[in-house]
Amino acid sequence: MNSSRQPMKGEQYFWPLLAALLFLAVWHLSVKWSGTKVFPSPFDVERGMAELVHRGLLVRYVADSLGRVAGGYSVAVLLGVPVGLLLGWYPAAAFVVNPTIQILRPISPIAWIPVSIVWFGVGNLAAIYLIFLASFFPIVVASMNAVRNVPSMYRRAGRNFGLSPAMLIAKVVFPASLPQIIVGLRIALGIAWLVVVAAEMIAIDSGLGYLVIDSRNSGKRYDLVVAAMILIGLTGLALDTMFRRIEKLKSVRWGFRYES
Amino acid sequence: MGKALSAMRRTVRLRPVGFVAALLIMWHVAAARQSVHLLPGPIDVTAGIAELARRGLLLKYVTASLFRVTWGFTTAAMLGIPFGLVVGWWKRFETGLNPLIQILRPISPLAWIPISILWFGVGDMAAIFLIFLASFLPLTVTAMNAVASIPAVHLNAGRNFGLSQFQLIRRVLYPAVAPQLVIGLRITLGIAWLVVVAAEMIAVNSGLGFLIVDARNAGTRYDLVVAGMVLIGLIGLLLDIGMRSLEKIKSLRWGYSED
Amino acid sequence: MERTTAIAHVGSGHFAHGINSELTRQLQAEGIGMSFTRDGNLIRVLENINLEVAKGEFVCLLGPSGCGKSTLLNIVAGFIAPTQGHVRIGGEAVRGPDPRRIFVFQERGVFPWLTVEGNIAFGLSEIPKSERIQRIAHYVRLVGLVGFETTYPQELSGGMKQRLEVARALAVNPDMLFLDEPFGALDSITRLIMRGELLRIWEAERKTIIFVTHDIEEAVQLADRVVVMSARPARIQSVVEINIDHPRDISSRAYLELRDGIFEQIGLAHKV
Repeated sequence: MNSSRQPMKGEQYFWPLLAALLFLAVWHLSVKWSGTKVFPSPFDVERGMAELVHRGLLVRYVADSLGRVAGGYSVAVLLGVPVGLLLGWYPAAAFVVNPTIQILRPISPIAWIPVSIVWFGVGNLAAIYLIFLASFFPIVVASMNAVRNVPSMYRRAGRNFGLSPAMLIAKVVFPASLPQIIVGLRIALGIAWLVVVAAEMIAIDSGLGYLVIDSRNSGKRYDLVVAAMILIGLTGLALDTMFRRIEKLKSVRWGFRYES
Repeated sequence: MGKALSAMRRTVRLRPVGFVAALLIMWHVAAARQSVHLLPGPIDVTAGIAELARRGLLLKYVTASLFRVTWGFTTAAMLGIPFGLVVGWWKRFETGLNPLIQILRPISPLAWIPISILWFGVGDMAAIFLIFLASFLPLTVTAMNAVASIPAVHLNAGRNFGLSQFQLIRRVLYPAVAPQLVIGLRITLGIAWLVVVAAEMIAVNSGLGFLIVDARNAGTRYDLVVAGMVLIGLIGLLLDIGMRSLEKIKSLRWGYSED
Repeated sequence: MERTTAIAHVGSGHFAHGINSELTRQLQAEGIGMSFTRDGNLIRVLENINLEVAKGEFVCLLGPSGCGKSTLLNIVAGFIAPTQGHVRIGGEAVRGPDPRRIFVFQERGVFPWLTVEGNIAFGLSEIPKSERIQRIAHYVRLVGLVGFETTYPQELSGGMKQRLEVARALAVNPDMLFLDEPFGALDSITRLIMRGELLRIWEAERKTIIFVTHDIEEAVQLADRVVVMSARPARIQSVVEINIDHPRDISSRAYLELRDGIFEQIGLAHKV
């Protein structure tokens, strides 16, 4: 950005590797020097991970967390995208509903936990409900804005070619707003992933969030705590990367400006 | 003609209010028709808020939550934004640190709770640390992206006028990224507000999040639980509106396209 | 990001000499070549460009879009290093951008966070305040933006933004101005007006100007010399001297002959 120097070929691997090694070194050394008995060093964490694999917990917990996300998130998508599209299409409706959305949005999904436990009891359903809540609003808002941002000239061209409103939405508005909707979906998935971990810490008996809390509570296994955190990070990153692949598909790529 | 038009406009403007009122009525009816009277209706909730005010808890809890958010968020801003600007400016830094950032980002701040309790014990510091964590990376990423999206034209013009690197950063980079930073601050403040509630539910003994958990545990006072939720929503909304007013400052307005 | 790799090559082309005297020669570009590789293919943008410009001259680089003339201008201004050849301005080798030669960019070059005054003052921070105020007022008047001193660019029209950019460039009193299709984003009526304005300003403060355009009429209306460039890889196809005094009558025979001559060179019929 600050120079027209072109990066050398291997550079994109060298620097991250260097940064990672530095980070691990600092971590390891600070654990050693502080003489802590509890906080794990990188090796402890690695051994902890191996233990999780050995006990079959790694796969199981990751699958549990992913399953809950899948449940809540897919419902949020199925409901949220159409609602957002409608609100974007009928500004009058958006005007009416918007203040309500603005008031409900800042309420942390976690704050809904007691209420959701009343409704669904302690268990998967409550967690799925929380994930649904957390993803729903961002998806609705993103879809709404995506529709609003479709240039009016596209709509006019569609009407010019004689499309009915339903066809207009299906053939013009929806494809035109798809890139932005996908970005909103990706962000909402990130939120869902954050919330599932939080929900599992409070209300559930399995999953990565539960692993974090449980490892500490039943035995101060901070090596497992950190191992769980790393797993959370990696899985979340994998989800995000997967989504970005979708953004590269030719049918939506036009909506994203990439630096050549 | 004018009178009828303005009357019509008034009714249109009242429609959102009508919508909210309709929801409240539905809520009231649904709550009243419960077989086991567990969840409160809107009237119970209002009474709950009044009770909190009377007991002096309203002010105390709201202040506690805001206090933690302020500390955690401002520290994150003062550290994260310059950090993000530096990383975004020097390509090598970005290439190096990006993978690390991408892995840390999806880790819910709440997953840090055991570690933060280990380091800070149960109390304010742990909560502030969590809010700091929750705000730091988003602000860093915002700053990085803002730097990357500066049109090269401006930087080239700056160099053309003979600015040194330092002057370039101060006179071109900084004003150019300001609008995006303000948006990022607003969004991150919203995140911080979500996290403080969660952090309080787990790790501290005061604040709105604590209210929710405590009201349920110590007597299933769901009217207070929902009262807490309503307060959380309102304050979050106020914070958001406050930040949006920053976007109206003239020297920043250029950065927001007229829609 | 595009990756460029240094490639040396040799070619032949025209010399764009017009000046004899060492004293009046301000810019000298010799053997400029520019290539880069993209996706494994070698792309040659410029080949053996030789160009000399005298002090106070108005030179146009004319060619179809994408032919590399903007690249050449960027090289001459010091923003890009050529893969071959070198540029000297005032006898010194060009190593980077310099306030003595200001580039007026293709679009949106004005700083949106500064007012008109702020933009014009941008390069003047080393100057004492009283003089700065004078200069700003002078250039605001010169480019015709009186009354808009405290307005932000987003409230200005396209033509006004271009004027502002020219004012900002002139305020630091550069030796040379490089303009890269500055009127490209404007409507044709505004473009005509802006051409007149540019000439007026140029006659008031006689800077050396190198102006890039794809518009044949524009080149013939403005320039002392038109350097016609071919499509990629760009070479200098020919140099046409426009010996008509300003203000130029665009229906005069001399003008039309020169213009049609260029049309023919580029290989276009002048009937639609």
